Amino acid sequence: MNLNALTIHQAQDLLRRGEISSLQLTEAVLAQIESLDESIHAFVTVTAAEARAQAQAADARLAQDGVAAPPLLGIPAAIKDVVSTKGVRTTCSSRMLEDYVPPYDATVMEKLNAQGIVLVGKTNMDEFAMGSSTEHSAFFTTRNPWDRERVPGGSSGGSAAAVAADQAIFALGSDTGGSIRQPAALCGVVGMKPTYGRVSRYGLVAFASSLDQIGPFTKDVTDCAIVLEAICGHDPRDATSAPNPVPNWPEALKQDVRGLRLGVPREYFGAGIDPEVEQAVRTAIDQLAGLGVAVEDVSLPHTDHALATYYIIAPAEASANLARYDGIRYGYAAQDAETMWDAYSRTRGQGFGSEVKRRILVGTHALSSGYYDAYYLKAQKVRTLIAADFQEAFERVDAIVCPTSATVAFKIGERIDDPISMYLSDLYTLPGNVAGLPGVSQPCGLVQGLPVGLQFIGKPYDESTLLRLAYAYEQVSGKSYKPALSQGAPH
Amino acid sequence: MRRYNQFEATKGKRAVKDSDHTTTITRADVQHVANLARLALSAEEEERFQHQLSAVFEHFQKLSDLDTEQIPPTAQVIPLTNVMRPDAVEPSLPEQDVLANAPDREGDQFRVRAILEF
Repeated sequence: MNLNALTIHQAQDLLRRGEISSLQLTEAVLAQIESLDESIHAFVTVTAAEARAQAQAADARLAQDGVAAPPLLGIPAAIKDVVSTKGVRTTCSSRMLEDYVPPYDATVMEKLNAQGIVLVGKTNMDEFAMGSSTEHSAFFTTRNPWDRERVPGGSSGGSAAAVAADQAIFALGSDTGGSIRQPAALCGVVGMKPTYGRVSRYGLVAFASSLDQIGPFTKDVTDCAIVLEAICGHDPRDATSAPNPVPNWPEALKQDVRGLRLGVPREYFGAGIDPEVEQAVRTAIDQLAGLGVAVEDVSLPHTDHALATYYIIAPAEASANLARYDGIRYGYAAQDAETMWDAYSRTRGQGFGSEVKRRILVGTHALSSGYYDAYYLKAQKVRTLIAADFQEAFERVDAIVCPTSATVAFKIGERIDDPISMYLSDLYTLPGNVAGLPGVSQPCGLVQGLPVGLQFIGKPYDESTLLRLAYAYEQVSGKSYKPALSQGAPH
Repeated sequence: MRRYNQFEATKGKRAVKDSDHTTTITRADVQHVANLARLALSAEEEERFQHQLSAVFEHFQKLSDLDTEQIPPTAQVIPLTNVMRPDAVEPSLPEQDVLANAPDREGDQFRVRAILEF
């Protein structure tokens, strides 16, 4: 087995027993990036030299700590380019931040660095995390490792592709409307959006502050629990960070699922779903029922209104958050302006790409005088109804099960000119963000050779139940999903 | 009866009248909003965004099916309010680190264009 194909828990075991070194593991990951990324384009920045130095430091620490070493010590990771990394360029895949080097680390990076991870690079994304395909990156489109004519999903497409193609042992992404779970589904890896507030947003470049959460991309559910435990926890630097204690998830996931009640929302199996995707998801649900999980129908009646609600709230928050890009303190600055107002307007006109401009315009219009009540306030009220739908369902069931995405990975270019059809890519994930709930996606089959995502959505702060269900399904299905990684022609 | 008590229950000051607005976005609307957002757009962009925004706001009409008169708005989903921290002085980032990304600077300051004209 190639070392770069290892999971965290496999690598951890070999590292602690001294059978491999972090440097060997890191070299294997860097070699995979070197040979494949020309055709996959998962990375915006590869930090090979820094990675080797971190690996050597990890090896020294491993020799000292042995079995007491932190779980992620010496593990090579890829980080979405929206998470601030001190001294390492953080672009958000935008011209606006093309040369921006953060002077500080995000809290998640402080946590991962304290454990001694090896940062191999920063991954491509839709610009400022706005999109569902990475086609909105200002630099290039990431290719799906399963079929390079198809998108990897988005916005964290680079992180999903990197993990699927064994170009990292794990990765971090961010999820505002499905940006971890949807690309995880389309690339056949495990991806989790924790409960809003679980992971500090300090140092995460803000898109929509009431929806954004950082979370892991991993090769299996055990790894998901390991990374989740590493990044969660209260942070005084994020006022929305939850004070709740962090459970021992790697232990919790092994708990039996017999007797758990699982709800199948009928609205998530309606028009628009690919029948073969539905079949794969229903087969997975049957397998869980076979383990003694009680399955029942539930209704989330406002599902149909979630898309409009999300696409008012997220752009409204984005239009305020992105007001900071003024070309003065950092970032792109237009050189051809005379006055101050002109400088702002040209800097932003030249620095932002189409999708970002579109959302700034949508958000500004929805918040503007005369429209605020009809759009923004209305959406906030419907948000209450959407959250209440889940709350009612959770009186009867412990978790909800549904597809992550209605389709498998779509072709590059297929949805790029039609914002609404692109927005529909996140139909099954964005209600979870609107309600602040945790969700996990894992592969549950192949349709036309492309992975299908199974999603569990849970009660606030109940990631434990989601991980138990995901782990139980992973064990009973007994399958692992790996793309055929021939090098292919570079794109 | 549904319960909303765990949500932030600030009532909106103004009542929503769904029939009061139309969704057609004009070129002038795009220009107005672009100006509010300090976003320079080309003529081609104005035209494209006019069409796309019309379609997007048309979709938003869907929300007017719902009677939300009695529903409180939710601004954020977590039940935390008034999060305080001790008013203690802590070290800030070094000045030179903060200035390192500045597009234009003079000494230890960000350089900007004239804000007031006399």
